[in-house]
Amino acid sequence: MTKEYKTITQISGPLIFLEKTEPVGYGELVQINTEDGSTKRGQVLDTSEDTVVVQVFEGTGGLNDSAGVVFTGETIKLPVSKDMLGRILSGSGEPLDEGPHIVPDKRLDINGAAMNPYSRRPPEEFIQTGISTIDGTNTLVRGQKLPIFSGSGLPHNEIALQIARQSSVLGSEEEFAVVFAAMGITHEESQTFMDDFEKTGALERAVVFLNHADDPAVERMITPRMALTAAEYLAYEHDMHVLVILTDMTNYAEALRQMGAAREEVPGRQGYPGYMYTDLASLYERAGVIKGRKGSVTQIPILTMPGDDITHPIPDLSGYITEGQIVVSRELHRKGIYPPINVLPSLSRLMGSGIGGGKTRDDHKKVSDQLYAGYAEGRDLRGLVAIVGKEALSERDRKFLEFADHFEDRFVRQGRDENRSVEDTLNISWDILSELPIKQLTRIDDKIIEKYHPAKQTTSESEYQPQEQEVSGEQ
Amino acid sequence: MEVKGEIYRVSGPVVIATGIRPKMYDVVKVGHEGLMGEVIKIEGDKSTIQVYEDTSGIEPGEPVENTGLPLSVELGPGLLESIYDGIQRPLQVLQDKMGDFIARGATANGIDREKQWEFKPIVNKGDKVEPGDIIGIVQETPNLEHQIMVPPNIQGGTVSGIYSGKFTVDETVCVLSNGKELSMLQKWPVRTPRPTKRKLKPNRPLLTGQRILDGMFPVAKGGTAAIPGPFGSGKTVTQQQLAKWSDTDIVVYIGCGERGNEMADVLDEFPELEDPKAGRPLMERTVLIANTSNMPVAAREASVYTGVTISEYYRDMGYDVALMADSTSRWAEAMREISSRLEEMPGEEGYPAYLAARLSEFYERAGYVKSNSGYDGSITVIGAVSPPGGDFSEPVTQNTLRIVKVFWALDAKLSQRRHFPAINWLTSYSLYTESLSDWLSENVAPDWIDLRNYAMDILEEESELQEIVQLVGSDALPESQQLKLEVARMFREYFLQQNAFHEIDRYCPFYKQYKLVQAIHKFSETANSKLEAGYSINDIMAMESKDELAKVRYEEDFDGELNKVLSKMDDEFSQIGG
Repeated sequence: MTKEYKTITQISGPLIFLEKTEPVGYGELVQINTEDGSTKRGQVLDTSEDTVVVQVFEGTGGLNDSAGVVFTGETIKLPVSKDMLGRILSGSGEPLDEGPHIVPDKRLDINGAAMNPYSRRPPEEFIQTGISTIDGTNTLVRGQKLPIFSGSGLPHNEIALQIARQSSVLGSEEEFAVVFAAMGITHEESQTFMDDFEKTGALERAVVFLNHADDPAVERMITPRMALTAAEYLAYEHDMHVLVILTDMTNYAEALRQMGAAREEVPGRQGYPGYMYTDLASLYERAGVIKGRKGSVTQIPILTMPGDDITHPIPDLSGYITEGQIVVSRELHRKGIYPPINVLPSLSRLMGSGIGGGKTRDDHKKVSDQLYAGYAEGRDLRGLVAIVGKEALSERDRKFLEFADHFEDRFVRQGRDENRSVEDTLNISWDILSELPIKQLTRIDDKIIEKYHPAKQTTSESEYQPQEQEVSGEQ
Repeated sequence: MEVKGEIYRVSGPVVIATGIRPKMYDVVKVGHEGLMGEVIKIEGDKSTIQVYEDTSGIEPGEPVENTGLPLSVELGPGLLESIYDGIQRPLQVLQDKMGDFIARGATANGIDREKQWEFKPIVNKGDKVEPGDIIGIVQETPNLEHQIMVPPNIQGGTVSGIYSGKFTVDETVCVLSNGKELSMLQKWPVRTPRPTKRKLKPNRPLLTGQRILDGMFPVAKGGTAAIPGPFGSGKTVTQQQLAKWSDTDIVVYIGCGERGNEMADVLDEFPELEDPKAGRPLMERTVLIANTSNMPVAAREASVYTGVTISEYYRDMGYDVALMADSTSRWAEAMREISSRLEEMPGEEGYPAYLAARLSEFYERAGYVKSNSGYDGSITVIGAVSPPGGDFSEPVTQNTLRIVKVFWALDAKLSQRRHFPAINWLTSYSLYTESLSDWLSENVAPDWIDLRNYAMDILEEESELQEIVQLVGSDALPESQQLKLEVARMFREYFLQQNAFHEIDRYCPFYKQYKLVQAIHKFSETANSKLEAGYSINDIMAMESKDELAKVRYEEDFDGELNKVLSKMDDEFSQIGG
């Protein structure tokens, strides 16, 4: 079992090649003892009767062919226990805080197993994040994977923190936990996260895995898998509702490409490996809810789109797997709007099952559709105004133009600590929608208009009158 | 028959074994746990195997066993209402055996061996039967008679024994004089198309209740269609709408490398919904194959073949089958992944050079045919394509478009405006409009084709006018063109848009589609004559009935509401005149 091999024949990038071993299992965990007495860890990538290829997590710096290699006989496992809550661990699961080693309740394979689609329960419990652009128009539900597509220099981390801080399920007091996995982020960024967690007391109910920018890239391959294994354990063994934040998936994908190149694989699009879709899916698909079990795993992966390009392979493949995306826009950020979420390319595929009467409010879907349609039209008109001037627009078009401005200013914009209830979000929506002529609200049926349109509220008419005057004053 | 060898090398889902001397595509059992795999390359004594399950921990030296049989599916009563993984293991059985997560090494029969079915013979002793002939009937679901056929791969002969009564699928129900014993169960290798007598010309439309599909770009029963689109443009919703509302006898839905939650949704919803043709729960006519993106990639590659083979089996009984594959891009990627593990020379974008051949072989298994049982049956194949970055010039989309006859182009711009289904009416096409025109004139209305062409022309013209509007604004256009823009808007919003989640609007029968187009056409004609008579466009734009037409499709009493709106329209027009 603990036989040490000194048969390294080749070292190339993060890979070492060995010869003349006993049979070694695919995916097995490997320990490498270097000449200076330190140890490194790795994983078997390819095994045959002649050669074994090992990928070294900490990088191959300082290794030579006299290093000893021990095969542990098992795949990579994460020791888990409920005591993990409140702990800060490295990207490969070692404690980074002053605390002791985790006393394991179980040791779980970090690759997990695919959830049987038959066992899944369709996600449908509305999570209120307190952010209008998410709750109102791109609703998050338990068991969903909803990534934030951002760009460098945009406040995606603040948004993620605000979601982690404010998330709640209406009328539910169940146990809630956050699993945070950082891949290749800077110490500065991780400090921001830690400070916020500590300040708000969120650390107590969080498990943190940190792989920093200066940690070996190979380790990034296992960090999210460890995090998800911890999340599944807390969700399915301890009935907790777990929110997993993975940041930054772009660094993960870069590490994947680096590994592919080191293995001399045939590259796919832009040099990323052809199996990147499958690989990303093996992470994202670990979100879900299981029939007959209380807990859930909800994922918010964050990725920075290289060059803000949504068609880049990383956001593109992610978008095909995840259940929608929240797109952070540089344009809105420049205008000074926080959170700068552009709702038009954003989407939540599971929104329909999480909203409506009994869940949020019966007008939610229609209001959201109308906001989308109105904002899309208003933005188009901005393009037209740039050419022909505002004067050339019809009365109707001018209203839509203004609607787009008000939408950004009153619906999208909110404070970093402003926790809006979904009621508030919908009421703000009606306020700005009521500036459009009722006839133009084609996405909303008459019954709903009758029930919620401020102008139709005979009982509270006086309350809304000043606002109508204000609007006409602006024209 | 079974030859044992051992593992030489393991690299992800690809395993190389020695000493098994297999044929190509033989199924082998790998390792101590007996993981299922398929031989995809033979080189000297070394056989390359793609393994359908995770290979972590498997070591060189472990045993490999050759079953000597190609990858096959089990066919017989009990297929309907099933949900399988890519290699026909029932997911429900896997859950019973292994719990909520799929562990490896489990085996399960595709068809339940315990359940008994009432077999009614329709041949007598002494009758001569050939491969494909029907020997009896089983009522599989209240609405579907499952025809038990002589398997195509055995020799025919004279019936020397035939039994009626309750049997399990592997009990003998018929004996032939040549000694062959037939049960209700047959096996068929998935990579081989089941034989038919001949192909027929597809001339009946697949009615889907989706206005833009039936009305504008119809697919024939037995035809092929592709739905390419970037993520978030509504591929899966469109596929599911088709699975729900198509007027076929059987629907086979393959979730190939897609989301687990989506399959959960289908499983949740289908038993609740009614099939528009038979009025029974949708699940009763459905076979689901769910190999989600995190399930083994080799089984994903097989899932498409499993699905099409099951479709062919029902087609052979004379049924119309609709096969949805969501998404064929994931299937192509599975091929790419395996090909790259084999270190094959890559073609375009790393896809194997045989990508085009595999795609066309798959789509060629669609068709309207005279089957060996003597009945006419059809398979309509509708494949979703997920082009990276929404770029239709990539290899999977391009190779698919070379084969399929109908192209439903999903457009991210439309979906961002919440125009659903986000099918672009300018770039989509159907090559069946000609061959279906007889059926349509006969069964919808003689003037349907003209109306359809009229709508297409207006929409075409709108896109040209929009370019001018972008520069000068719509007020600068002559009034007749302003009217055209308005009519085009009506077509887009009242006809092309359809709400998949609205209880009534989600399914729109053809007669409603016809009446809607007719109403818009009538409005357009009358309004035009008013303009010619010198009245102002503003009067026409102010008509209330025009906007009320938008809501007719949501009404329970469609005809009544439509007539109300139309007569109001007449009134309003006469007031303009007066």
